[in-house]
Amino acid sequence: MAKKPDRVALGPGLGKARTGIRGLDDVTDGGFPRGRTTLIVGGPGTGKTLMGIEFAVKGAAEYGEPAVIMAFEETGEELAANVKSLGYDLNKLAAARKLVVDHVKIERHEIEETGEYDLEGLFIRLNHAIESVGAKRVVLDTIESLFSGLPNAGILRAELRRLFGWLKDKGMTSVITAEAGNGHLTREGLEEYVSDCVILLDHRMEEQVPTRRLRVLKYRGSSHGTNEYPFLITDTGITVMPVTSLAYSERAAGRERISSGIPGLDAMMGGRGYYRGAMVLVSGTAGTGKTSVAAKFVDAACTRGERAIILAFEESPSQVTRNMNSIGIGLDRWIKKGLLRFYAPRPTVYGLETHLVTMQRQVEDFDPQVVILDPISNFNMVGTRRDVRLMLMRFGTFLKNRGITALFTSLTPGGENLESTTVAISSLADTWIFLRDIELGGERNRGIYVLKSRGMCHSNQIREFVITDKGIDLLDVYLGPSGVLTGSARATQEAEDKARMRRQQQEIANLEADVKRKRLEAEAQIARLRGELERGEIELQQKIAYAQNGLRAQAQERTIMARSRKASGEIPKNQARPGRGPKRRG
Amino acid sequence: MPTKKKRSMQWELRLYVAGQTPKSLAAFANLKKICDEHLAGKYRIEIIDLLENPQLAKGDQIFAIPTLVRNLPQPLKKIIGDLSNTERVLVGLDIRPAA
Repeated sequence: MAKKPDRVALGPGLGKARTGIRGLDDVTDGGFPRGRTTLIVGGPGTGKTLMGIEFAVKGAAEYGEPAVIMAFEETGEELAANVKSLGYDLNKLAAARKLVVDHVKIERHEIEETGEYDLEGLFIRLNHAIESVGAKRVVLDTIESLFSGLPNAGILRAELRRLFGWLKDKGMTSVITAEAGNGHLTREGLEEYVSDCVILLDHRMEEQVPTRRLRVLKYRGSSHGTNEYPFLITDTGITVMPVTSLAYSERAAGRERISSGIPGLDAMMGGRGYYRGAMVLVSGTAGTGKTSVAAKFVDAACTRGERAIILAFEESPSQVTRNMNSIGIGLDRWIKKGLLRFYAPRPTVYGLETHLVTMQRQVEDFDPQVVILDPISNFNMVGTRRDVRLMLMRFGTFLKNRGITALFTSLTPGGENLESTTVAISSLADTWIFLRDIELGGERNRGIYVLKSRGMCHSNQIREFVITDKGIDLLDVYLGPSGVLTGSARATQEAEDKARMRRQQQEIANLEADVKRKRLEAEAQIARLRGELERGEIELQQKIAYAQNGLRAQAQERTIMARSRKASGEIPKNQARPGRGPKRRG
Repeated sequence: MPTKKKRSMQWELRLYVAGQTPKSLAAFANLKKICDEHLAGKYRIEIIDLLENPQLAKGDQIFAIPTLVRNLPQPLKKIIGDLSNTERVLVGLDIRPAA
């Protein structure tokens, strides 16, 4: 997210007076223009008077800038009563000489007009009030009522112009409230005289939910937020919710990991669980155990000694603790130990902005490490999808900037595209765990998978998610030729698998025996053949010996014969005639 | 100021001014003339200069200068301006009913 995308460069040297109104100083980049006049315009009941008074009161009480409130509509007592409910005691501030309230009453029927006049009386009163407390801030609420009290608009206009110039000369940081008009910005065209800073307030109904919005229409010489910002009037005054504070803080993303409380789920995320400070989204169809996953996380956090808040928008705290007890998660003990707090307003009692503010206040008050919001989908009852998303973005950023690990659950309506329905907020989530039911063989079982998890290696497996009275367990789902099997189908399949395995083992044993037998057979055959071979060799040797013997015998015989015939033995040599012999031999 | 008749006919008028501006002086002159003509002997005019006593502006709810306040007889009446239109001053002070 880009930082301050809707701002231009800050004008040099322009002093600002902090309003002290939550969020407004962010929107105006520091407050109202010091020593100048700010116009607050709005219809009836938009909170202009309150904003003006809060500016004055905060200045007097917190910033050491005494203030004068010149009220043209309400009396001092009425004003004091109004701001008392915001925790400010006007009478006490007045007694401490930090604040003056001057009620200018104009009764039309008492006043006759004849001839020339000016508003010097008002100047004198204002001056007297300013000097009596050394005021730095002036609020004129609502100076336009002069127009209904005095018929001569010409004189009024001239005098108002003079008044605003005079305030500026005196260096007063002033606020002037005015009714919104038709055609003109204000009913009496006051914007002509006040041009340094104009704030527009609006109060409208959106889908039967009242929403207040603020816009900085103009801020001469200063950068400012240009969006429409929702704001709230609560028992501590006005709170503006600037989108610009959405900018993520420079807080370094930690590497610390914390257990989800479910070992099987941790295993799916590299064995180490969520990142601390991450935003975890657990979405799923009805009855898939989203709250149980959240409760497990809380249980784990409290076991580590951390604090957690459960913002329950669907069930009462007692109902949640009872239900979680039934699956072996005892949340009561953490409440007793002061580690766990429930905050469970009905979604419909407030508008989104109020919810946001009250939730933030709970978090600021309890300072937890873990925040559960269960479920975010119930906000759809009180706002449009876009507004809900914006609100959750703000809340998520708020938590992230505080380094809080958040787990939001979201109900996904059943249907074809389970994952796309929550996409509106899924981009905010660092880790998205999806729970779904798997219908098979007349049973509904739960499946869990990690759809995404930024910055970590996570499992891509769908696993079966079993809730028992002892807690939550993750089982490997059966992935067979016929697809994913869960529940009893998985059990059956596993039994079959076992039987098949036994059969196969038997077969292997059989085959191994076969091999042995074959080898024995073969070896026997080899032995027999070798025997035969040996026998054959002996026979042949004998035959060879016999034949050689025969040859020798013949040769002997011939020698003997030759001897007996004498000389004949020499004949072959001596018989040869000279000259013939070599030819024969050749 | 002498009282002649009933006390109830006593007129108490207060003129608020801020210094001796032409408008203030004109207002006083006009007022004096009207009173002398119509309320001779039964009126009292008090001039309050807010430059000297700014704290008094709040009490009578003064914002315009000059302002004439009729404290008595009741009810309270205010006329703002330099009182140059005698007719309107007379009506405004209930000296003469509106025509």
